[in-house]
Amino acid sequence: MVRYIIKRVWQSIPVILGVIIITFILMYIIPGDPVISMVGERFDEARIQELREDLHLNDPLWKQFTMYLSNVVRGDLGTSFITGRSVTSDLLQKFPNTALLAASAMFIAVLMGVSLGVISSLRPNSLLDRGLMVFALAGISTPVFWLGLMLAMFVGVYLQWLPPTGFGGIEYLILPAITLGVRSAAYLARITRASMLDVLNKDYIRTARSKRVPEWLVVMKHAFPNVLIPVITVIGTDFGSYLSGAVLTESIFGWPGIGRFALEAILKRDFPVIQGTVLFMALMFITANMLVDILYGVIDPRIRMESNGSEN
Amino acid sequence: MVPKTKGMWLSVWLRLKSNSAAVVGLALVAFIMLMGLFAPIVAPMSPTTQILEYRNVPPGFSGHIIRFRYAPSLPEQVEAVSSLKRSGNKIEYTDLAGRKKTILNSQITFEDDVFFLLGADHFGRDIFSRLVYGARISLIVGFSASSISMLIGVFLGAWAGYREGFISKIIMRFTDIMFGFPTLLFLIGITAAFDPSLTVVFIAIGLVSWPGMCRLMRGQVLKIKEEQFVYAAQTLGYSTQRILWKHILPNCIAPILVTYTLGIAGAIMAEASLSFLGLGAQPPTPSWGSMINNGKDFMRIAPWISLSPGIAIAMTVMGFNFLGDGLRDALDPTMKE
Repeated sequence: MVRYIIKRVWQSIPVILGVIIITFILMYIIPGDPVISMVGERFDEARIQELREDLHLNDPLWKQFTMYLSNVVRGDLGTSFITGRSVTSDLLQKFPNTALLAASAMFIAVLMGVSLGVISSLRPNSLLDRGLMVFALAGISTPVFWLGLMLAMFVGVYLQWLPPTGFGGIEYLILPAITLGVRSAAYLARITRASMLDVLNKDYIRTARSKRVPEWLVVMKHAFPNVLIPVITVIGTDFGSYLSGAVLTESIFGWPGIGRFALEAILKRDFPVIQGTVLFMALMFITANMLVDILYGVIDPRIRMESNGSEN
Repeated sequence: MVPKTKGMWLSVWLRLKSNSAAVVGLALVAFIMLMGLFAPIVAPMSPTTQILEYRNVPPGFSGHIIRFRYAPSLPEQVEAVSSLKRSGNKIEYTDLAGRKKTILNSQITFEDDVFFLLGADHFGRDIFSRLVYGARISLIVGFSASSISMLIGVFLGAWAGYREGFISKIIMRFTDIMFGFPTLLFLIGITAAFDPSLTVVFIAIGLVSWPGMCRLMRGQVLKIKEEQFVYAAQTLGYSTQRILWKHILPNCIAPILVTYTLGIAGAIMAEASLSFLGLGAQPPTPSWGSMINNGKDFMRIAPWISLSPGIAIAMTVMGFNFLGDGLRDALDPTMKE
């Protein structure tokens, strides 16, 4: 197991390095001089040159990159052009909010998605099953930002059950969490249903039934654990993308997480913040995927055996 | 005997036809495409015509407008009227504020009832007409972006699958890295860096969304290149190009087509998200995403501005998703998610 984990962590290192290189290059591809966006166009040439010197922008590219890399490794993602604050400390301050939203959204998604999927699979092709699956597809196809607006409008403004936007207690968390979670819930419902249907046709389920094991026990004990792998795949990838900032949801509900932070930075062209947040988010995403892979190995020993035996 | 290719596509069609979800998907896609194609006929008004007197009117509202030009060289004006009377070569009308006005018959270019099926937005533009024209934007972006990502993905994937080696490893590592980036944020970054336009949007979406196609294509090629007919072609001394594009690629059409169709759905959603953030189509282009964005500030008084474009996006995306899923089942019944 330890070997499997080490191997999986080792595999992510080139990816992480690649991400760092791309975020570094990104700043050179983007048109517009970062110094000018920092000081505005009214400053004289001498001051701009001085700043370029300060920021080491006149150094050769490889030197700039090694400096960037060593800063990143030490956890220094630079300072914002606009607020002058450290990007790392801003990110760390906002990350708990994003994590809270991500966890709540995933909680709702798993609760809704898995239970709907199981219910659907027990009566395949019934009216209930078809209804639930249409609902799931609608959930996948609905734009998140639109759903968020509609929820804020109808639940927040018309019905006044919950505050439409803002940040504070649990009442502020519910609408954004639903908005963010619906898509995963829909995916989970579909995946759970498909995997359950697959498993419920297996011989050992027939054996269990023929032994007169109660139906709920057949479903919960014999069938359900087998759908965990595909379910965890969806949870893992979606949770990774939630952690890397739900840009749209956070913006609509005014949630002070890293998604909104990144969007604001992009719109204001605050280069160090853009670079820092993109890198941070990509790292979150990669880490989440890595943890999911490790979790696979824990749940299904066949996977780690296979991985140890073969290349890649 | 029936030629093999004809038989295959016929049986695919028959399987697709028997799948009710796929038929619904196909119908939705066909409907949206026809709507976009015949937008000038379907839409009762131009998507950019503003009738300021009818700002934020609710769905089902009907009114009466005249369009006129005081002189041939002057721009056309639109005015909403509450009553209108013709006398000789003059027309007397009352505007919505109750002011009586007179105009020459020859100055009038158009006079008709207007009906706002889905209401009007904050500029008094007909939402239904904008929705109809918006279908064009979504479809253009959907097809172009998905085509770009298909071209890149198929090319890189085929290469990486056929020629296992250093370059193949580099391609796959690069794909892994691309998977590591949060897609939407990457897109926001690219589009924000350039002057926002639809061209930037679909190129950006295409450039960001190829890794899925690449992985799929590599897997397919890895599998197919072990087949006897590929060995046969190699033995005959055919060039790599010929084997790859003439022998292997035709056998990958099914998964490529499925991914392409699902990619259109993804691209439409991405364009809508970018336009919602103001980074896609610029005003007054009637993009569904920007229509939702426009309505955002009028949610309390005119929620219908944002309501229908959202439903339109969901319907279109659902149509392509249904169709893609249906194609997957029809092209290869053994190939499941």
